[in-house]
Amino acid sequence: MKTPFILPLLLLCTLASAAEFKVLQPQQSSVNFVSKQMGVPVDGEFKKFTANIVLDPGKPEKGAARIDLDLGSIDTGSQEANEEVIGKAWFDAKTYPTASFVSTAVKTLGQGRYAALGKLTIKGKTLDTQADFTIEQKAGLVTLTGAFILKRLAYGIGSGIWSDTDTVADDVLVRFRFVLAQK
Amino acid sequence: MDTRYTHTAIALHWLIALLIFAALPLGIYMHDLPLSPYKLQLYSYHKWIGVTVFMLAVLRLSWRITHRPPPLPGTMPAWERLAAESVHYLLYALIFIIPVSGWLMSSAKGFQTVWFGVLPLPDLVGKDKELGDLLHEVHEALNFALLGLLLAHAGAALKHHFIQHDDILVRMLPFLQRKP
Repeated sequence: MKTPFILPLLLLCTLASAAEFKVLQPQQSSVNFVSKQMGVPVDGEFKKFTANIVLDPGKPEKGAARIDLDLGSIDTGSQEANEEVIGKAWFDAKTYPTASFVSTAVKTLGQGRYAALGKLTIKGKTLDTQADFTIEQKAGLVTLTGAFILKRLAYGIGSGIWSDTDTVADDVLVRFRFVLAQK
Repeated sequence: MDTRYTHTAIALHWLIALLIFAALPLGIYMHDLPLSPYKLQLYSYHKWIGVTVFMLAVLRLSWRITHRPPPLPGTMPAWERLAAESVHYLLYALIFIIPVSGWLMSSAKGFQTVWFGVLPLPDLVGKDKELGDLLHEVHEALNFALLGLLLAHAGAALKHHFIQHDDILVRMLPFLQRKP
């Protein structure tokens, strides 16, 4: 009879998963960015993305995430720029329709701050990335808020004439907010 | 009574004129360009010039209020005086309103104005596409009005100088002194 052994195990799994948050609330979540054009910060966002995140606020270092951005859903702040950035010199969204981040570890930084380490793939290029974030738990929801600096030229985003960083800065501040429910 | 404008008034007049000669054609040229770093640069230069015009306009109007301009020649018929003064007031108004309309348009379109890439101007309106499109129309219409008024203004000055042979143009020139 194996049941007596399996039952407590199953129970343990249920208890463990009870603390896990993994259902994304898309309406409250966002991925946006600030680019600098001629020294002027310009807001933009990705309107479509999927985020598969599993996080136990009691054990964040056990968390894992996979974020996929639909590059065609980019809003850079103006229509003509939206048409420009999906083109070959920028994201080449026809060939590479999504950008993805896959976490490899979560580190505790202290004072309520954490870092998600992982691989960020854009335009066929994969680089190690670190994104710092905070966790807020309220009313049955967990909110992850964070940001990181993306060096656009490292991925070849904005090549050719656009590689001039005096016009469009290399640093792009990417900000994210993911709100998760338990089920 | 002095028949010439003060050096300060003359300097401000020509400095603003020069900047308008740069910004106005630049504005007409740049907005149809395909998106490129060059276009972004031109937009910035245009905005920097506009902010500069606005600041000089503040100085100029303060100067104008505290320093009476030389009177128009008594030989001018009443309608000409009225026309000249109306055009002057409208030009004064436009050198304020046009930069402000451009500034607001930029804010409404989601692009803050940062003077020379250093001094950020506050966004008085938030990002709003419809408002941005409306302000675009307003900015454009005001500039065509400015162009019309400038042609009338310069045309009148040249007419006074070459046809009437009075000192209307000379009194605003840093050089040339009409012989009495």
